[in-house]
Amino acid sequence: MTDTKTAAQVVLRLDSITKRFGKLVANDAISLSVQQGEVIALLGENGAGKTTLMNILFGQYTADEGTVEVFGQPLPPGNPRAALDAGVGMVHQHFTLADNMTVLENVTLGTQGLLSLRLDRAAARDKLAKLADDFGLQVHPDAKVGSLTVGERQRVEILKALYRDARILILDEPTAVLTPQETDDLFATLRKAVKLGLSVVFISHKLHEVMAISDRVLILRHGRLVAERPIADVSKETLASLMVGSEVKAPTVAPGQPGKTLMRLHEVSTPDRGSAPGLKRVSLSLRAGQVIGLAGVSGNGQGALADLVGGLIGPATGRLELDEAHLNTWSPREAVQAGIARIPEDRHKTGTIAEFDLTENAILEAYNRPPYSRSGWMHWRRAETFTREVIDTYDVRCPGPDTRIRLLSGGNMQKLILGRVLEANPRIILANQPVRGLDIGAVNYVHAQLLAARDRGAAVLLISEDLDEITALSDVIHVISEGRLSPGFARGSKSPAELGVWMAGHGFEAETAHAS
Amino acid sequence: MRLEPVANPSIWRTTLPPAIAIASTVVVASLLAMAAGANPFSVLGLILKGAFGSKFALLETLNRATPLIFTGLSVAVAFRARLWNIGAEAQLYAGALITVVLGTGMLQWGAFALLPALAISSMLAGALVLLVPALLKVRFGVDEVVTTLLFNFIFLLFISMLLEGPLKDPMGMGWPKSERLIAEARLPRIVEGLRLHWGFGLALIAAALVWVIERRTTLGYEMRAVGLNREAAGFAGIPVNRVLIKTALLAGGLAALAGFSEVAGLKGNLTLDLSPGFGYTGIIVAMLALLNPLAVVAAALFVAGIFVGADSMSRAASVPSYLADIMLATALLLMVLAILLTRFRVVRE
Repeated sequence: MTDTKTAAQVVLRLDSITKRFGKLVANDAISLSVQQGEVIALLGENGAGKTTLMNILFGQYTADEGTVEVFGQPLPPGNPRAALDAGVGMVHQHFTLADNMTVLENVTLGTQGLLSLRLDRAAARDKLAKLADDFGLQVHPDAKVGSLTVGERQRVEILKALYRDARILILDEPTAVLTPQETDDLFATLRKAVKLGLSVVFISHKLHEVMAISDRVLILRHGRLVAERPIADVSKETLASLMVGSEVKAPTVAPGQPGKTLMRLHEVSTPDRGSAPGLKRVSLSLRAGQVIGLAGVSGNGQGALADLVGGLIGPATGRLELDEAHLNTWSPREAVQAGIARIPEDRHKTGTIAEFDLTENAILEAYNRPPYSRSGWMHWRRAETFTREVIDTYDVRCPGPDTRIRLLSGGNMQKLILGRVLEANPRIILANQPVRGLDIGAVNYVHAQLLAARDRGAAVLLISEDLDEITALSDVIHVISEGRLSPGFARGSKSPAELGVWMAGHGFEAETAHAS
Repeated sequence: MRLEPVANPSIWRTTLPPAIAIASTVVVASLLAMAAGANPFSVLGLILKGAFGSKFALLETLNRATPLIFTGLSVAVAFRARLWNIGAEAQLYAGALITVVLGTGMLQWGAFALLPALAISSMLAGALVLLVPALLKVRFGVDEVVTTLLFNFIFLLFISMLLEGPLKDPMGMGWPKSERLIAEARLPRIVEGLRLHWGFGLALIAAALVWVIERRTTLGYEMRAVGLNREAAGFAGIPVNRVLIKTALLAGGLAALAGFSEVAGLKGNLTLDLSPGFGYTGIIVAMLALLNPLAVVAAALFVAGIFVGADSMSRAASVPSYLADIMLATALLLMVLAILLTRFRVVRE
């Protein structure tokens, strides 16, 4: 703690913020302050209240109690424009960009009158170029946002905030969607921002990132601020234990006991879709008692493989076999009935129905079978009993089974999905990015559940862009690149660097040459 | 100004805006009545009296509400699954058409056999009429708003052709109207001597059944899931297209019952002015009811009351009965706004 730090100007102060949702206290008298030129990290499990707190600061919610001050001025509650005007900019986890508009249009959207002049646009373009230069956020101003990568879109979001003269940047789980390379770029940008006198609030649950970028870390647990530490004084382990309230044990992964082959893909190809490649003559065996990890850079055919295993598409050519029997018809319902648990990549869009309550979501895949449905009639009481079991068993934090699922945090949503599919005792588990956007507590929980299912004899197909996750959990690793699948590598037989070579698309030519 | 979603709306937030919408509608009507040179209080009083003020008025309102309940249910069911059925008008006429084709002597059965047969064939005809746009939608992605809307005109012209040709009543003095139904094909009155036919009872039963279907059956669950998130529904294994087709069949059948009930209960024959836009007004009814099948009954009574009351008022106060159309349009617009306000909060920037 140096004197310059303590003497620095406090730019943001939250004073005993309390927010309740029904019986749930999302924020319990939280106070914190941020100084100029400082990066603070907000760390906490899902549902710990991080996002709620930031939504209050940004005027999306009004606090039940407490005040927000920005640059010494109290902020009127429930007014995002006031927060913007005061110099607070927020980059949400889910981007708020118009795909069919250009970068420049997105950045200036809402800042100009309806009849803006050509001159204004030229000025806007100059300002954007200068900001991009100052902060190292390179994006082409005339590119359509729809054509940008996720990392580039995030840059546009940050530029949007900076364009509105934000002095305090709030980033909600910014790295959840980024590759390691993109994360490094983001951190470089943040360091530049801090050097230029901005302050950053960084919401995350990736410990090594918090350690890497922040000056100070605040830990939330069950809506309470439980600790506040300078980053120099803590280790990853202490952070983790503070966060979940007990010593965290990373699951120790014993190798699986491979059983018989449950599903086999033989030379399967599927059509390309847009810019994402389909599968190119992919052969793959899913064996009982094994985690099969699929590594690869996003958009290299993972979606096609997930859809194929999940029953959404069938093979265009090649064979799909279940229990050694060739499948002629294949649909999501058949997949569910064949005992395939499907954890979709996008919890919000495909995994749940936002306006349905927990009960209605919990039976989404089983609604047409007993005990929930008999001869066309729903048996809601049975469904609710099941939902309560899932809530208890999987520790879904919610006011009750009749809560609309959109009010739950991502982690709790994922736990409900997990309960929904695992309670059916699946033989095959398709886990597509199962821990994306989750905090360490939830990550470990999901991983432990997947491994437990494996040890009960399920075949787990784990799709992830996080190589660490893949190497930690998988008994066999395949790499996917441009729709082609590498041979299976046994656990520990390839270093991350070697897998990286395959991920970059090398090695497949030799393989196909060898095969033919 | 911008809108932001309200996480858990209070009871006031859900009830107050619709109440204010109705109150504002009354205010707008009063202003217009004043502009027409009448005392607004007496105009409103006359509308109320004309709609509900006497036994005759009340029965007239119930009669007028009957087809609106059917078309309102039809739209509510379809919209719930996000199937934008604008074609209740055509489906209504399909039901009416089948009723006169079978009920003017082709089937010589007793009433207890004939009436159910007519109702069921009407539903089948209406279902068929909506099946075509629904198939076009799920097969080729053709926008059902366009197809169902245009189908209304095609179907009305088709009816017109039939009424000028094969269905024309030879005793009709040259008017384009069908022959009258045989006595066994007429819906009896609920109470002898009162001008209210069993179509109204059928409408109430239909509303209750639709509610049961939506809340208690597997199909209802599927329809709601498909309406709220088609992608998640499809992923979970709900056969989205099949559900849309079933929804279309149900919605088409419900609208057709309006035609059956109007012909068999009220008019006795088919003419081109059978429906003064009941199919389109059904959209207003369904929206006012927030697609809730039980609320459809209340909304239909409200809408029918305004029509009937305004007719009676215009005779007494010489204010044009177009006031009814303006009131309905205002009520609908304000209600749409009110629904928005129940779910979103306006934030001033």
